[in-house]
Amino acid sequence: MRRGTRRRVGLWLGAVLAGTFVTMALLSFVWTPWPYAAMDIAQKLRPPSAAHWLGTDQFGRDVAAQLMVGARTSIAVAIVAVGIGMGAGVPLGLWAAATRGSWIDEVIQRGGDLVFAFPSLVIAILITSVFGPSAVNAILAIGIFNIPVFARVTRGGALSLWTLDYIRAARLAGKRGARISVEHILPNVANLLIVQGTIQFSLGILAEAGLSYVGLGAQPPTPSWGRMLADSQTLMGLAPQLALFPGLAIVLTVLGLNLLGDGLRDLMDPRLRRQA
Amino acid sequence: MTLLSVRDLSVAIHGRPVLNRVSFDLAPGEVFGLVGESGSGKSMTALALMGLLPHGAEVGGQATLAGTGLIGLPERRMCGLRGREIGLIFQEPMTALNPMKTIGDQVAETLLIHGAASRGEALRVARQRLDRVGLAGERFPLERFPHELSGGQRQRVCIAMAIALRPKLLIADEPTTALDVTTQAQILDLLRGLVAEEGMGLMLITHDLAVVAGLATHVAVMQAGRIVEAGPTETVFRTRADAYTRALFAAAHHVPRRTPRIGSAPMLTVDRALRRYPLARRPFAPPRFFDAVKAVSLRLNKGESLGLVGESGSGKSTLARAVLGLDPLQGGAIRLFGEHPVGPRMPDTLRAGLQAVFQDPYGSFNPRWRVARLVAEPFHLLPAPPADAAERVSAALTDVGLRPEDGERFIHEFSGGQRQRIAIARALITRPEVIVLDEAVSALDVRVRAQILDLLCDLQDRHGLSYLFISHDLSVVRAITDRVLVMQAGEIVEEGPTDRVLDAPEHPYTRDLVAATPKIPPGWMEDDDAA
Amino acid sequence: MPRYLLSRLGSLVLSLVVASVVIFVVVQVIPGDPATFMMGLNATPDTVEALRHSLGLTGPLPLRYLHWVGGMLTGDLGTSYTYRVPVAGLVLQRLQVSLPLTVYAMALSSLLAFPAGMLAAARRGRGADLAVMGATQLGIAVPNFWFAMLLVIVFALRLHWLPAGGFPGWGGGLWPGLRGLTLPAVALALPQAAILTRVMRSALIETLSQDFIRTARAKGLSQGQAVRRHGLRNALIPVLTILGLQFSFLLAGAIIIENVFYLPGLGRLIFQGITQRDLIVVQSVVMLLVAAVIVVNFAVELAYVLVDPRLRR
Repeated sequence: MRRGTRRRVGLWLGAVLAGTFVTMALLSFVWTPWPYAAMDIAQKLRPPSAAHWLGTDQFGRDVAAQLMVGARTSIAVAIVAVGIGMGAGVPLGLWAAATRGSWIDEVIQRGGDLVFAFPSLVIAILITSVFGPSAVNAILAIGIFNIPVFARVTRGGALSLWTLDYIRAARLAGKRGARISVEHILPNVANLLIVQGTIQFSLGILAEAGLSYVGLGAQPPTPSWGRMLADSQTLMGLAPQLALFPGLAIVLTVLGLNLLGDGLRDLMDPRLRRQA
Repeated sequence: MTLLSVRDLSVAIHGRPVLNRVSFDLAPGEVFGLVGESGSGKSMTALALMGLLPHGAEVGGQATLAGTGLIGLPERRMCGLRGREIGLIFQEPMTALNPMKTIGDQVAETLLIHGAASRGEALRVARQRLDRVGLAGERFPLERFPHELSGGQRQRVCIAMAIALRPKLLIADEPTTALDVTTQAQILDLLRGLVAEEGMGLMLITHDLAVVAGLATHVAVMQAGRIVEAGPTETVFRTRADAYTRALFAAAHHVPRRTPRIGSAPMLTVDRALRRYPLARRPFAPPRFFDAVKAVSLRLNKGESLGLVGESGSGKSTLARAVLGLDPLQGGAIRLFGEHPVGPRMPDTLRAGLQAVFQDPYGSFNPRWRVARLVAEPFHLLPAPPADAAERVSAALTDVGLRPEDGERFIHEFSGGQRQRIAIARALITRPEVIVLDEAVSALDVRVRAQILDLLCDLQDRHGLSYLFISHDLSVVRAITDRVLVMQAGEIVEEGPTDRVLDAPEHPYTRDLVAATPKIPPGWMEDDDAA
Repeated sequence: MPRYLLSRLGSLVLSLVVASVVIFVVVQVIPGDPATFMMGLNATPDTVEALRHSLGLTGPLPLRYLHWVGGMLTGDLGTSYTYRVPVAGLVLQRLQVSLPLTVYAMALSSLLAFPAGMLAAARRGRGADLAVMGATQLGIAVPNFWFAMLLVIVFALRLHWLPAGGFPGWGGGLWPGLRGLTLPAVALALPQAAILTRVMRSALIETLSQDFIRTARAKGLSQGQAVRRHGLRNALIPVLTILGLQFSFLLAGAIIIENVFYLPGLGRLIFQGITQRDLIVVQSVVMLLVAAVIVVNFAVELAYVLVDPRLRR
């Protein structure tokens, strides 16, 4: 009983943290405390105050406004990257499981291994070295890496389902691989995909921050948490708070998403066990 | 003299009672059988005696082993008793051994952990004990790993491990349930011999009344955490004082009323069917194959129940998949209604005439669908869903003893027996003439099994169905089939009317199989047979 | 040799070939003419032609691919356009920073994660487990480069215990070199340790629920003895897998950390390659990193065989 309550706390804490940042990002479309790009050199490097809640940067821009718009970038990149990963990975995983043991399965699996051999950062570097740095290329790099992740999770979940008798019953009802995958397999691996989705979402935010930090992600003037950290690096001795706030934003968002993912898994797992 | 004395043993897990004032005694050299259906608390009794209950368990009452109180003993003292004074054998030999360690090390560990021997000495004893349980040194050196052994051989290793220090008490929890019947007979013989030789007490936990009848001197029947009846085995079997015991024993012996009307029209004909699998290739070697089903022929007539028995690996399930048209054949032919070929590409309308019920009542249904949709799934085989689809689903549910309203519920709301009823309703929905029952009652407790067997016979009478009944359990096959085929290593070795084959088997393998099947002595259940 | 190993060896070679083709296509085929790409739009046709020649970028694509692969196999990684020196020499020099950094970080992470994971598994659901799991939850959420910046602010700028950046080289002995790599290694190691701890814990808990642990308990082993004698080795397979993945992740993840600390490692080399459009350097170093990942994963699979007797046939 106590165990269940504690998990529920994690789930709610995660939902609140992640929800806060999504709200911040959405709010930034209609309102920010200051225009996020407005410079005011006279007000540069101010510590947090009533006027500028989180202080100002080296050009006198409002840090709070930048953080809010930066949340937008992070979330957009991570969501699209998860979308790419799911959009391509889930069908591939279903296909591989439906044809388990065949050459199609083998090609899909080895293809996944191959992508895994390129750490996502190296994919990003390859892409940007040819196409130049941009948020779109960052999305592509993270998204490509997500494809085999989702393919594997889907295939793994689907494989254990394919051994169950209800799949045999569906085949006796004249249904073929594709239809069985959609009707019987997909709904029953959806739990796994939701959990993996939140994990990849948080990893995407971390990856975007890393790429932007080294200049391979969103380009100026689009604010992003990674680049705010990069800009703050030369000012570490002078204004350490500039390094603090974007980092905290990343940590809290990722923490929230991870807690949410864990909470969802715990919430869904026992029910799965009772039903299966 | 009493070896083990249990008084008012009660266990609650997280406040939920699972054992309720269980009491019994066990003398040295005696076999005490503890029988009951799943969830009756048999295994919990063993775990409570061993001090291995899951977290959150509260134990009350007393248990003394040769003067030592077991309940509430400090963990450190309990560790000293386990393995030395009490040996324990579990149901599932495939997972009971550590896959990373040799069998020699695992048997020797029992001695080493209790400081009873040096390493060299422990290995020498391990060798002796493995020899004793029938794993002779030349074929089974100590350096073997568990994955190199069969299930029966692994169970022998587990027994060697449990008896390595010659404990006073041996607890065997369903030790043969996961094994084939011929292997089961050997393991039971081994246990019987060990008890006689070493003078230890054996507590045998099982759901199988026939196993208890053949081995135990005393027996206790458990239900819902209580012992409802206990005494010398023959007395309990003959008197059956308690209502539950009577119901349980009657169900184990149950033979459904049948009035077979067998026609001459062939419903299903299998003609020299061959199922061949390619084996992993070695480089530069010719491809190798494994024939799981070798040129098998059979014929199922209208209204007939045909049994197909065999042990695991005999190819009966592979044959079932081919008969259902799920897998292609590599030779021979399977025909439905005498003319239509069966295979993965058979037309849907033909498939509608051939349906199946599978073993696992839990894995047979998509947990996200409501029962009505599950039952209606085979309508996919028809060119268009019938106009009266809903009525037909309701009728099918009523047919199998459920209510039409049950269609609105999800599958997890049903018990194992109810799920098998739903599986039968699904198999009936397209009004097929042939139904393949692949171990369809094997996962059920005896009382539920008896009800499902009755239902199957009733449906056969009413709808003129033909059954291909695949099972490893000879008693079930005897109860429900007209003819039986015995399958071994991919081939049919004997075929004939069920009573003739099981009463006077001709093929040596069938004879082994029949001889190995545990039986309740004929005189013990007389009044029941008469009824 | 066991069939398992043969098949893994086959897929190792295949992966290397496919990876090299992918890299070659991305770097040399997709941009059109690499020489023009490297020189920029303002270059005259003559200078582009000269560069093309000096880099060996003439001839049909398949030949160029074979030439590149053949060179890699004999240790010739081509010549850097910006540095005008063989790439192989540059890589060797940079590896002296990147490799020790990776190993240092892995050692730190393992030293931290193994005991923490075991403790959490043994105390499952109790205070120590909750504390460890809470810490790992935080550790996973912290970007390593930001953690690196915090370390610099505290330990270099405030406390002056360790240098804020740069690398003195191994010439001055082991200690100055290690000192220079300590903050980067800690920054890399902590988030990895968080992941490893969680894997270790769940692998152990998974193993502890296995039937053979119950068998061991029935023999008279205490819970602790059962874990040590039967649990650890079985839990090792998933842990090894993660260690392999982490090695490659650290090698590549060091790219960002090297930027925080201005360390002259492989990561900086790649970056300079990209900013200076030095495709030869990018192509060869990326291939080396990918090859390292593939080979390490193969080594992990070899280690499985040592751990698990079921694979020895």
